[in-house]
Amino acid sequence: MTDLETFRSDTRAWLEANCPPEMRKPIRSEADVCWGGRTWTFQSDAQRHWLEAMAARGWTVPDWPKEYGGGGLSAAEARVLKEEMQRIGARSPLTSFGISMLGPALLKFGTEEQKKHYLGQIARGEIRWCQGYSEPGAGSDLAGLQTKAEDKGDHWLVNGQKVWTSYADKADWIFCLVRTSSESKQGGISFLLFDMETPGVSTKPILLISGSSPFCETFFDDVKVPKEQIVGEVNKGWDVAKYLLGHEREMIAGMGLGTGGGSVTLGPIAKPADPLLRAEIAAFDVDALAFAAMSERFAAMWKAGEAHPASPSMMKYAGTELNKRRNELMMAAGGSDALEWDSDRSKGGATPRSWLRSKGNSIEGGTSEIQLNIVAKHILRLPGA
Amino acid sequence: MSLLTDDQKMLQETAASFLADEGGIAKQLRHWRDIKCKDGFGHDLWKQFAELGLTGIGIPESHDGLGLGATEAALVLEEIGRNLTPSPFLTTAVAAARAITDTAHADRWFPEILSGEAVLALAVDEGPRHAPERTALEARRQGNGFVLNGAKQFVVQGGSADMIVTAARTAGSPGDRDGITLFAVPKDAPGLSVDNQALVDSSKAARLAFENVELDADAVIGEVDGGWQPLSRALAAGSAGAAAELVGVASGASDMTLDYLRQRKQFGRLIGEFQSIQHRAAHLYSEIEIARAAAFKAAQLLDAGDDKAELYVSVAKARAAEAANLAVREGVQMHGGIGMTDEHDVGLFMKREAVLGELFGDVYYHRNRVAELIGY
Repeated sequence: MTDLETFRSDTRAWLEANCPPEMRKPIRSEADVCWGGRTWTFQSDAQRHWLEAMAARGWTVPDWPKEYGGGGLSAAEARVLKEEMQRIGARSPLTSFGISMLGPALLKFGTEEQKKHYLGQIARGEIRWCQGYSEPGAGSDLAGLQTKAEDKGDHWLVNGQKVWTSYADKADWIFCLVRTSSESKQGGISFLLFDMETPGVSTKPILLISGSSPFCETFFDDVKVPKEQIVGEVNKGWDVAKYLLGHEREMIAGMGLGTGGGSVTLGPIAKPADPLLRAEIAAFDVDALAFAAMSERFAAMWKAGEAHPASPSMMKYAGTELNKRRNELMMAAGGSDALEWDSDRSKGGATPRSWLRSKGNSIEGGTSEIQLNIVAKHILRLPGA
Repeated sequence: MSLLTDDQKMLQETAASFLADEGGIAKQLRHWRDIKCKDGFGHDLWKQFAELGLTGIGIPESHDGLGLGATEAALVLEEIGRNLTPSPFLTTAVAAARAITDTAHADRWFPEILSGEAVLALAVDEGPRHAPERTALEARRQGNGFVLNGAKQFVVQGGSADMIVTAARTAGSPGDRDGITLFAVPKDAPGLSVDNQALVDSSKAARLAFENVELDADAVIGEVDGGWQPLSRALAAGSAGAAAELVGVASGASDMTLDYLRQRKQFGRLIGEFQSIQHRAAHLYSEIEIARAAAFKAAQLLDAGDDKAELYVSVAKARAAEAANLAVREGVQMHGGIGMTDEHDVGLFMKREAVLGELFGDVYYHRNRVAELIGY
């Protein structure tokens, strides 16, 4: 047996012994997702056990180095682990912005102390992070942000407001873009980390058209942040931010594949009786399967270092537009059943709520229009873009 | 999905430089079109394909071919598409060769395909739309052989072919997969008339009329009544190949258009500076990348003998045709008036897409296949 085959059989046996049966059921709703954090209430003992068992092996972040709480797995081993988890339908033990966004940025830009301190907490699900990027006056034009951090010698003094902060009301810490210089737009931004319990931080959830409140307004009023809690150099935070946005786009693009490990196609779910609707669904299924092939190819190219650095923008654009189309067709296929908002029959309006929520996919993390600008400028090298 | 191996990258580079040097539009497509060549392609170029081993790309090594798969064929076809190179590569080396692999006809035809002397064609369609199950051309048993009566159309390079792989019905009714038999029909078979026609892209396709064409039993490819198996193999290889060629067509048209956007000035600005143009160009890029991924996925699944191959072949053919169609429409529109002229090459991409899009089933045929295979 090759080393990889041995790894596969060991992994299979370990998962068989350690993944509780409840954690092998498909994710039905947001409530089934484990986010971790200081105030996290586990949905079940199984959810707690699954997180602890995986974290003990470093397998919440399988490809991070061991010294930072990761599994130290090679790309091939990490793929085997993913395949073996998929084989038994194992849920992700931990979902977090620390894993998908901050962690990769710290691995690239953090000091040794920062990596040691923050990455382990993320890997074990001890600290739940949120992302402070957008502001009321800085949406698509993110670099126009105005939240100010003044150098007060032994600390930064932060004042301003963020908006669309995902789960800010549930997060323990924030990674936050602040203005440390007004001399240059992109060259006056720094990347700070601070505790959401620091005096002067407050949050206010935003009610969306889908009826849920995954985002907040976040206010900073004379918030004191220790000097060392900056990632990268002063006024060089835009580099960190851009790197991290690439990871965010990759994650959001994955949504084009649908949620909960379900089929990428609509066909078997929708059972269309109307021939014209059937034709629309078939066209969608072609696109969904083709995009699934693109996602596989993109992942392989990204790992091999062969992907264009701006290609996550293409994936984000295509994946989110596909997910919106998927939801439009689910509404059409559902007919009047898909209009019920609260009923048990409709699982609390799952279809219309998902449909409305999906509209944000092509806005959050950079709008489709911004992604197209990035592709035009960085990949196609069109003039003046 | 695995990326290309070093050998595959080398093949890709060889094909890219060979077809850019020898297969370019002025040298091949325009030349043969303008002199009204009856074949629509150059036999010298086909010999060059042979010298590189490419005519035997899918022929097993036991028959002195390269013994390569759909993935390698796709790499070559993408370059053929990019250069609009007219050649019998897709029909002869990819589709028809696949039909006769592991049959008694391999010994007869593989040597001449390898040397670049023989051209083979595939006769399937009987109406204007691809519907292989609906094969009706009658093959009646007579003595030790068969008598064929009926008609075929859209037989690509049927007028140049030395042998035509022909789907006929020996049992059942149109719509049944069982009861189809494949025949190797020589070009000079008595009773066969070949009406060779130029298509919109200057390639040639024939309408065939079979009037009491008598064939020996050894003309059968594979099993009597069991022709669906070699036929579907050939059609899958052909469809996956056409998808890859369409990706090449899309890339060629798109590259040409992007160059134009970087040069053409109006209102004192390069037209590529306008955001309305940039967004359409970026969307097109995304569509082509997705089509390329689908085409390679289909080829890799075919090579692996995976159960999902048939599904992905249809996904790839539909998706590649859509992407190429968008690329050529945007190409002509973004070139403005010059794009409408015969002098400019961009219109040639539009013509090629129309033919390749139809070949082995159009977008609607393959979307329907996807629906059927998923189960609705």
